Amino acid sequence: MSLVYAGALSHAPGITGRAELCENKAKRDEFYAALERQRRDVEASGAEALIVVAAEHFANFFMNNMPAYCIGIGSSYEGPIEDPEWLKIERTRVPGAPDVGTRLTREIMKTVDVAYAEEWKFDHGIMVPLHFLTPEYDLPIIPVNINCQGPPLTPLHRAWAFGEALRRACDSVPEKIALVATGGVSHWPATPDSGKINEEWDRRFLGQLTRLDKDALLAYTDEQTYAEAGQGGFEIRTYIAAAVAAGGQGHLQFYTAELPIFAVGVTVMKFDIAAAA
Amino acid sequence: MSLYQLQKSLYVLNRDELAQEKYRADLDAFIKDFELTDEEAGAIRDGDIGLLYVLGVNGQILMHYAAFLGIEWFDYLDLMREGIEKYGPVRAGVYTMTGGGASFTEEGKKR
Repeated sequence: MSLVYAGALSHAPGITGRAELCENKAKRDEFYAALERQRRDVEASGAEALIVVAAEHFANFFMNNMPAYCIGIGSSYEGPIEDPEWLKIERTRVPGAPDVGTRLTREIMKTVDVAYAEEWKFDHGIMVPLHFLTPEYDLPIIPVNINCQGPPLTPLHRAWAFGEALRRACDSVPEKIALVATGGVSHWPATPDSGKINEEWDRRFLGQLTRLDKDALLAYTDEQTYAEAGQGGFEIRTYIAAAVAAGGQGHLQFYTAELPIFAVGVTVMKFDIAAAA
Repeated sequence: MSLYQLQKSLYVLNRDELAQEKYRADLDAFIKDFELTDEEAGAIRDGDIGLLYVLGVNGQILMHYAAFLGIEWFDYLDLMREGIEKYGPVRAGVYTMTGGGASFTEEGKKR
């Protein structure tokens, strides 16, 4: 198999941008340590490229032409689009993987009408994960986006199918591919409610995700998610896609609702990679 | 349709350095590139985060715009709350306020 690592992590801009405002520094540093372990796992996997399944925030895609799914096949990318001082991440250029990215795209297209892009500007949704996972920006990145911002959104069963397509595509190429999903569980970001977290909802969803409980995961409706987990909860699509791509048991390596300054229940996960179907 | 144009103006501004140069050099010319109501144009001209929030600008677009304006995080949250007080509830979109204006962080409560 060529999918050599699969995981998930939070990407909220406060994770870097508000690191110094955070009062619970012990918990913050526990979270950062979990991210460092994830970085070492990605490195130890020998991955030659890293797919980042993101839920971007209007850095590239807008309601003039919004793809449900898009994959980046550019040779390089620049980010962050945000004020670097605000995000506390310097603007930089990140290598892409156009050759393997194109081959992955061809395979995905056999079952999912994924859009592709040779231009892509990274926002915090990708830059925060890369800041921790590839701090030297030396691993080629294949960005993937699932529209979680501009409704109407892709149904969850299609996110599931997209995860299956990602896995099949990874297994079709000889290169070693790592895959991480970045998103959030319950959160109300970029509103006055920033910091609100529904921990019970988060733990229930994450439990279902670790077990890859298809019936439970596909039973969520956007109306329920919006009411109980906020508009940020729409980003569960990325986590579902990654879990499906891996196909094995999930491991919740870190979760806490005790860092609301980061505006999300911060999460680090790893998924066992099941044998190909 | 107009909210679409309003959001598009900020989407373009947030990601395009040429648009940012135009915004800084000639704000009215930047605004005229989009089909905005007088209220919307005024909100951008004044950098009125509260009104833009109430008008329904997606929070992610608005957050990036606030960062572009150099507004500190907790000030940004307060500006949205003040917008609700001044202009009423959010009129469109999914980035509504559900918590009655309370702060959900200890750091915010201490300010």
